[in-house]
Amino acid sequence: MPLSELANPHRFLRLVRVLIPALAMLALVLIGLGLVQGFRAPADYQQGEMVRVMYIHVPSAWIALAAYTLMAIASLGTLVWRHPLADVAAKAAAPIGAAFCLLCLVTGALWGRPMWGAYWVWDPRLTSVLVLFLLYLGVIALWRAIDDPGRAAKAAAILTLVGFINVPIVKFSVEWWSSLHQGASVFRLDGPSIHPSLLQPLLISAAGFVALFFALHLAAMRNEILRRRLRTLGILAAAEAEAR
Amino acid sequence: MDLGPHAGFIVAAYAAAAIIVSALVFWVVIDYRGLERSIAKLEARGAKRRSDR
Repeated sequence: MPLSELANPHRFLRLVRVLIPALAMLALVLIGLGLVQGFRAPADYQQGEMVRVMYIHVPSAWIALAAYTLMAIASLGTLVWRHPLADVAAKAAAPIGAAFCLLCLVTGALWGRPMWGAYWVWDPRLTSVLVLFLLYLGVIALWRAIDDPGRAAKAAAILTLVGFINVPIVKFSVEWWSSLHQGASVFRLDGPSIHPSLLQPLLISAAGFVALFFALHLAAMRNEILRRRLRTLGILAAAEAEAR
Repeated sequence: MDLGPHAGFIVAAYAAAAIIVSALVFWVVIDYRGLERSIAKLEARGAKRRSDR
């Protein structure tokens, strides 16, 4: 289905009615399978049992980055192509991306205490992820600060695109600066450096997180379309009451 | 299953994941129900968009 056909909110709402339960079910199965395999896998030779935290920490970090990237693409859709669902997609993704970013920070802190001896260090990777979380909060606050959805969409799109500079900083921070955080161990030019017994459940769990994100994102987009319908109905009802 | 000497940290990480994901699911479901209720209330009072007329 071409993207232009989804510009019709009625068609979009019909489609998500099928997609949301299907994606939610897929997420449940994949995350369950990933975690069962992950807890059956041998402990890591360095981290021991703490490696189990990886199955939620790493996928939530990937989702936090991917959600912001999606918001940046949607922001281009708002500013350049003026796609009617672009700002809906961007607005709906922000709280979900923020929640996964928070989960990444919390699980990272809980992993850091026994492994590094500290919940938090001002390391380039940790600090740039904290900046990503603050950017999410900034975009959410901006959406809430402006009543008119059209004006809010433009302002939020500009802030999102300016903040996108932080996404490559998060990704490459471990290579550009001296970092306590380990380097990339899955997406590497010479292939993953994780043992297959740990990598397979990680990838299954990550696929489940992706399905979960899209299920939540579509549900939040549906809610945003309904919120705008409610706003229009409210304005029309008020206008009609005044005319009587 | 023996999660070793740092079991508390592992359990806390999974509890945080469960709380945050549950909160997200709760948020979208409650928001959806509230919006549907409000729209139905306005439509029952005769409010209709031009495209619905």
